[in-house]
Amino acid sequence: MSSRQAGQLRGRDDVEAPVRGRCEVLSRRREGAYWTLTFAAKEIAERARPGQFVQIAVGAPHTLLRRPFSIARVSRQGASAGTVDVVFDVHGPGTDWLSKVEAHDTLEVVGPLGKPFPLPQRQVNCLLIGGGYGVAPLFLLAEHLTRQGLRVDMLVGASTLERLLGVVESKRLSASAVFTTDDGSYGEPGQVTDVLDDVLDRTGAGVVYACGPNPMLAAVSQRCTEREVPVQVAVEELMGCGIGVCFTCVMPVRGKDQHVRMKRACVDGPVFNGSRIAWDVSRYAVPSVLGEPGAVAGPGDGAGPLPDAGPPPDAEGDAAVWGEA
Amino acid sequence: MNPDVRRIDPTERLASSGGGPGRDGDDATAVDLRVDLGGLALANPIATASGCAASGRELDRFADLDQLGAVVVKSITREPREGLPTPRMAETPSGMLNAIGLQNPGVEAWLEHDLPWLLERGATVVASVAGRSVDDFAHVARRLAAAPAGSIAAVEVNLSCPNVEDRGLVFACSAPDSAAVVRAVASATDVPVFAKLTSDVTSIVEIADAVVGAGADGLTLINTLLGMAIDPETGRPGLWNTYGGLSGPAIRPVALRNVHQVHQALPHVPILGCGGIQQVTDVVQFLRAGATAVSVGTASFVDPFVAWDLGDGLRRWLAARGIPRVTDLIGKVEPWG
Ligand SMILES: Cc1cc2nc3c(=O)[nH]c(=O)nc-3n(C[C@H](O)[C@H](O)[C@H](O)COP(=O)(O)O)c2cc1C
Repeated sequence: MSSRQAGQLRGRDDVEAPVRGRCEVLSRRREGAYWTLTFAAKEIAERARPGQFVQIAVGAPHTLLRRPFSIARVSRQGASAGTVDVVFDVHGPGTDWLSKVEAHDTLEVVGPLGKPFPLPQRQVNCLLIGGGYGVAPLFLLAEHLTRQGLRVDMLVGASTLERLLGVVESKRLSASAVFTTDDGSYGEPGQVTDVLDDVLDRTGAGVVYACGPNPMLAAVSQRCTEREVPVQVAVEELMGCGIGVCFTCVMPVRGKDQHVRMKRACVDGPVFNGSRIAWDVSRYAVPSVLGEPGAVAGPGDGAGPLPDAGPPPDAEGDAAVWGEA
Repeated sequence: MNPDVRRIDPTERLASSGGGPGRDGDDATAVDLRVDLGGLALANPIATASGCAASGRELDRFADLDQLGAVVVKSITREPREGLPTPRMAETPSGMLNAIGLQNPGVEAWLEHDLPWLLERGATVVASVAGRSVDDFAHVARRLAAAPAGSIAAVEVNLSCPNVEDRGLVFACSAPDSAAVVRAVASATDVPVFAKLTSDVTSIVEIADAVVGAGADGLTLINTLLGMAIDPETGRPGLWNTYGGLSGPAIRPVALRNVHQVHQALPHVPILGCGGIQQVTDVVQFLRAGATAVSVGTASFVDPFVAWDLGDGLRRWLAARGIPRVTDLIGKVEPWG
């Protein structure tokens, strides 16, 4: 690849709109088991909000679709202004290809995409929960919340120390940080859900933000809903387009009328109110081991809404904290 | 071009469809991209493919819909549908499988919310209709016909979505069933009707012949090919639905063959070519094979701007070769000796 074409940009002037740019790779580096890419993308950096993602074209043989990545960090000021960081794990030909790009290569990137995390509309303590590389978007979120004068605590889990992302950064960005590893190689042995109650009690969190494997998000959402703590989660679903046109990345979301509707993670999400995701009818119904998909949803004929189930979540207190209508 | 749409591109001298001279110094603006697709007048031969541009709003965040030849919207059914559980997609070599289950808001919501919005944006709207019975199709077609005159430019009949009917059994595989649906839709509407067919049949010409006899003004060729993927480790199908539609560059040669075959057999029937189109040279191939216009599906997933770029690129391609009208290319396949 060459950097000759770096800088090309296409899109609307509207700061809410995503753009497509050819972006120069500034660095590729290891972060534990993961890779971090920094690329120059001025417009994307300026427009990005926490929880949003980018779609990166990959050149691996026979692959077709772009790969989605949460925006982990952006720099808007200083010498490195206009850069975007993404963190990823190699789990297929696309991410394998990306793990081999070099500084000064160019990447074709579309973004920022998706709905960002809503910020609390009142003074509350915020607990940010990350699983694996799902911590990535929480770095940017923590900065925004702190700038708003809110207390941020972090709870970060992974299977092993190697897969625990941003330990130092999590500590730096938060009033307190708790870590869990499945194998006990760092922090508390076990999973984030094992210590969730304790951490909620200790931090007095009034809202929870989570990102990680869907089974973890299901478990966190369930516990927060039971404890009536508003919870926002950024989900990861298999995406075709990332821009709302293919309808592959849907999550079942229960509306205020209790009907379950299939919402696109790319445009209606990736951030959803965790208490509104119908985890019980999703294939993440049974929270199990971190990173392992839960039971597959029962058969349906694909016509009409999925069956309703479960009690209505506490919509009142929830809407107020996010400033929802 | 809307001044709101930016295009900073040092390697491209032709800034827009209304811009200056092309790369090769030919006057690209003089090239005539207009086509008449079975009574449907298009400003250029590039349309979006059904189910690959959602309602239109999603792509409009990137560029202006009125610059496209047409927007073929996601298939509309009688009732709202939430579609199938996930996974709904599996990437395959140079393509993808999908089993969405026709998620759409239903004809009433579409008429109330989506159509007025598309018209306000100046889009040329082609409504794709789907159903499980002849009566379903007829109902949707009647409701669409009640929309203000001139608002819906054409109706496309999705006879070939392999995910809807039980286990791959679709209208498009039966000539009489396809004809019955097309007859019902054509008698309900005054606008041009396009029958969208599948290649998963013994003889596409036979089905094409039947739907034209039943009143189709043109054909959309082709819909996805039925396929499957299995995770070698877990043994689970890549799709919740087990089978799904294959699309993208992987199916392009098959789509091209279908267009050519039908055009040879029924040279006067207008064809909207579809399947794996990603580059300008793909568009040229489809036009040569006999398509009057093309629709772009999966390529939009890869690049939201592709449909716009194909229009500009086609203009430049023609200008560089001194071809004044895009229609000059249609059906131009040169035989070997
Ligand atoms: C995710 C997805 C959804 C689709 N939905 C529809 C649909 O609702 N109605 C329809 O007639 N075709 C639908 N199609 C088929 C496309 O319109 C098109 O015929 C096919 O994908 C081949 O073109 P392509 O290779 O350019 O995508 C869909 C295709 C995809 C990939």
